[in-house]
Amino acid sequence: MPRVKIARKSTATDMTAMCDVAFLLLTFFIMTSKFKADDPVPVAIPSYTKTIVLPEENTATLTVGSGKVYFSVEGDKIRGMMLDEVGKIYQQTFTPQEKAMFITLPSFGMDITQLKPYLDALIQEPEKAKTMVQPGIPTDSVSAQLFNWVKQARTADVVLNHKALIICIKGDRKEEYPTIGKIIAILQKQKVNKFSLITATKGGL
Amino acid sequence: MAELNTGGGGGGHKGGKVRSKKSSTRVDLTAMVDLAFLLITFFMLTTTLLKPKAMDLTMPDKDEKNDQLPVPATRTMTILLGANDKVEWFIGVPGDTPPTTDHFGKDGLRKALIENSKKIKDSHGGQDMIVLVSPSDHSNYNDLVSALDEMSITGIERHAIVAITAPEIELLKRDGNY
Repeated sequence: MPRVKIARKSTATDMTAMCDVAFLLLTFFIMTSKFKADDPVPVAIPSYTKTIVLPEENTATLTVGSGKVYFSVEGDKIRGMMLDEVGKIYQQTFTPQEKAMFITLPSFGMDITQLKPYLDALIQEPEKAKTMVQPGIPTDSVSAQLFNWVKQARTADVVLNHKALIICIKGDRKEEYPTIGKIIAILQKQKVNKFSLITATKGGL
Repeated sequence: MAELNTGGGGGGHKGGKVRSKKSSTRVDLTAMVDLAFLLITFFMLTTTLLKPKAMDLTMPDKDEKNDQLPVPATRTMTILLGANDKVEWFIGVPGDTPPTTDHFGKDGLRKALIENSKKIKDSHGGQDMIVLVSPSDHSNYNDLVSALDEMSITGIERHAIVAITAPEIELLKRDGNY
């Protein structure tokens, strides 16, 4: 009796569909991922054991390093409205080009009077202006610039999104406490008693 | 997996017409799929891992001075943050008990927090200890976060950041931690 022969099948499979799916997913991830913006000052964040994940939207970050404070807020519309309102307070008007340039800035830190020349420089000579060191937002209570930036950002978020802005502080480990204390005082002045400190998660104890 | 195109390799045209060889249109996609999945993995991991993490900090409301309850000083433990990552802690008001200079870590502040919390709970009929963190002007941000971290590790829920007072600065100065 002849033995039943098992037909040998080719091991080569059709990978077209798999390849399609793989590239579809790849495209999706590339398009949805956002690259982290560089900090204006090098900041080494402290670590904490029980961290929570921050939402990606609806946040404003105060970056603190070397005694300087930088401010950034998520959302183009909020940025635009914030710039208009703060400009009104300090009698500064911005052209549509300057406003568009401001919206693209990841974070900024300078006196409001220096902002207009800086934005102009960015429009005209972007390469040269990018290397300029930003001196930080003044934190004194006389001009109250940081106070107003934060306040207008919060107002804009309430008007546009009907949400309460989450204020985050991203501080450098070696930053001396007075700088942080000053910022906390500015926030508490506008009744922001709850905020988030950006920290890394501490590994195994 | 890889398919090798053999057959009709050469020497097939002995005097006859030179025929263009019909090659298969199937391309080996293995390497391409490998690369695609590698990149997918990379993007997936980097997008989820780079989400900023944070800790919540709630400060006591400055304006509501009326509805504050008096608290016995014996239930409070004050932690002074000094220079060079040193801390000093004492129970009650400054001067009541001699302050202890300590350091961060398992055997330092954490041990003190656990012991004091237990002591105060026993002597006050199960009431919680209240911890006040007073950062001095020479302390750094990392110390503050570390101190708050110790609270969350030891499970002390009643804690607050308060401004440092002059007698407390004197204590730090005396012990060379300012």
